[in-house]
Amino acid sequence: MSINEAIEVLKSNTDAGAASYLDACVHCGQCATACHFYENTGDVRYAPVLKMDLMRRVYKRHLAPLSGIKRAMGLVPDELTMDDFEEFSELIYDSCTLCGRCTIVCPMGIDIAGMVRKTREGMVAAGLVPEDLVGAADRAIEFGSPLKITPEVLQKVCKKQEEEFGIPIPIDVVGADYLVILSAMEVLQFYEVIGALAKIFRQAGISWTISTDGYEATNIGIQMGNKDIARTLVGRIVGAAEKLGVKYVISPECGHAYSALKWEGPNLLGRAYDFEIIHIMELLDQLRREGRIKARGSDDQRLTFHDPCQIVRRGGVVDEPRHLMNMVASNFVEMDNCGTANICCGGGGGVSSNSRAEELRIKAFGSKKKQLDDVKPDAMVTACANCRNVLEEALDEWDVDMEVLGLTELVAEYLDETPPANT
Amino acid sequence: MTFLEFTEGPLWYAAAAAFVVGVVWRFIGIIAFGRKPDLSTPRASAQTGAVRSIFLHFVPHGGFASKTGFHAIAGYLFHIGLFVLLAFAVPHIVFISEEILGLPAGVMAWGGLSHWGFIVVAEIAFLGIILLWIRRFTDPVSRMISDADDYIGTVLTFLVMLTGCFALGESSEALRAIHMLMVDAWLIYFPFSRLMHAFTFVLSRGYTGALFGRRGVTP
Repeated sequence: MSINEAIEVLKSNTDAGAASYLDACVHCGQCATACHFYENTGDVRYAPVLKMDLMRRVYKRHLAPLSGIKRAMGLVPDELTMDDFEEFSELIYDSCTLCGRCTIVCPMGIDIAGMVRKTREGMVAAGLVPEDLVGAADRAIEFGSPLKITPEVLQKVCKKQEEEFGIPIPIDVVGADYLVILSAMEVLQFYEVIGALAKIFRQAGISWTISTDGYEATNIGIQMGNKDIARTLVGRIVGAAEKLGVKYVISPECGHAYSALKWEGPNLLGRAYDFEIIHIMELLDQLRREGRIKARGSDDQRLTFHDPCQIVRRGGVVDEPRHLMNMVASNFVEMDNCGTANICCGGGGGVSSNSRAEELRIKAFGSKKKQLDDVKPDAMVTACANCRNVLEEALDEWDVDMEVLGLTELVAEYLDETPPANT
Repeated sequence: MTFLEFTEGPLWYAAAAAFVVGVVWRFIGIIAFGRKPDLSTPRASAQTGAVRSIFLHFVPHGGFASKTGFHAIAGYLFHIGLFVLLAFAVPHIVFISEEILGLPAGVMAWGGLSHWGFIVVAEIAFLGIILLWIRRFTDPVSRMISDADDYIGTVLTFLVMLTGCFALGESSEALRAIHMLMVDAWLIYFPFSRLMHAFTFVLSRGYTGALFGRRGVTP
């Protein structure tokens, strides 16, 4: 780990897209208007554009077309130092959830979150990853999960869910169609989702299994910017899916897990998968469309839906959760700027795992709070266990008494369990 | 050779060459960085996403209107005004017709603005650039991140427009020469500066659009 290595990583991370972003930025600062960290602190250091600064300085000094002429005239930025990386560590890890909301307001369409991801890889090379993320990565490698959910713990949780729901939870079934993976947060805190899935899949006649080889969806390597760890963690799921011969892997209610597995995984491994990745929202909506699941009754509370950034804005699963909400909620209200412009929970991109960012994260929740105040829901539904946990904590800190529900569990709760006519 | 002949002759050709070569060099230089092939299974077309993004980002997102409206309006006033002046000011059309297209003297390749039309459009463009300046000085984020290039680029553009207005009446060769000198300086500065966003916006919007277009969404 050295400054030279860190600079080399930033240089090697500069592809045509990154170069175009660093060349096209006109310093208008509009990105700040979309950032919940800036909006709630008024601190200009948190403006998203500034979070590209390490990449910008390396690009302008070493790589930009015509930079040779500028370098000869002494008109390029100074070489980065370790002090620069240390100064930016907070901006890169604590004050950016990689939510990508700044992109939609940027006149140049710059993917600033993507640039922060690239910068995090430089931080890894510089040895400046927050210690909580390093610890989570160590646990993920050693125990199979950042929250120490070992296969034995998983099996115990599944057993309890079997007993509670009275439905078998298939484990390590070779030849099943669907492989269910779960985020550590789901297994630890929202484990009812396992029973909910069993209930829904039994009704729909889905052949599924959980694997003890690859069950953890959380990819801490993606969050910290360590490709080697990210590759190892994706590889476990891919290995398990191939061993069991499944046709689909179901990405669970976890934002960045979907991004890691669906969009980044094949590029990390250097090959396409032999199976398909389907998000649980996509699958449930597909089952709804096909008439394989229906609702009996509905939740009459005033419910709103929080869009997880990596699933909706950066994942493309926009309409599916809304179809499901309309199926099970009779009083579903949308927040302003819902869908692709929705405001982040404040804890994505590893921020919720980073204790030094906690105070800032709670403050940044102010933007979400305003969104909620406008529609005054009785409860909020989401499709990401990390969002759910972060929202619950933040609501508590802001003294708001509001329940946060998981959409899969809500679908299961109102599932019409009448046996299909052909069985 | 008079000063005017110099600014419309050798200096103009040198500046135009620097502009064209510089812009092409920088534009191709960015593309030449290349991108690794994306091995994930797409949900939709990257090409469609790129095109959508290039055009979609011309329209400010409605959800931020109260925060970005001032900048958007000022930006459009300036950019539209500047483009109309560049393309439809009669002296520009005459210059392009004779010096670049080689048409006979007095033949204009296309019709231009009336005198009053020019004045109105110029005032719109000036209003836009002044509002953008005001925002750059008053918006805390924009003020913090602005560097010398931001100011040199906009000051040069302002001077090109201002001297162009002075030269409009064709009352003095000196005024026309000063305008041409500013134009030549602007052309030489352009490829080295953030003024390049006039071309690179296609790339930045396009790459983002392609990335997310594959995912079935256009941020």
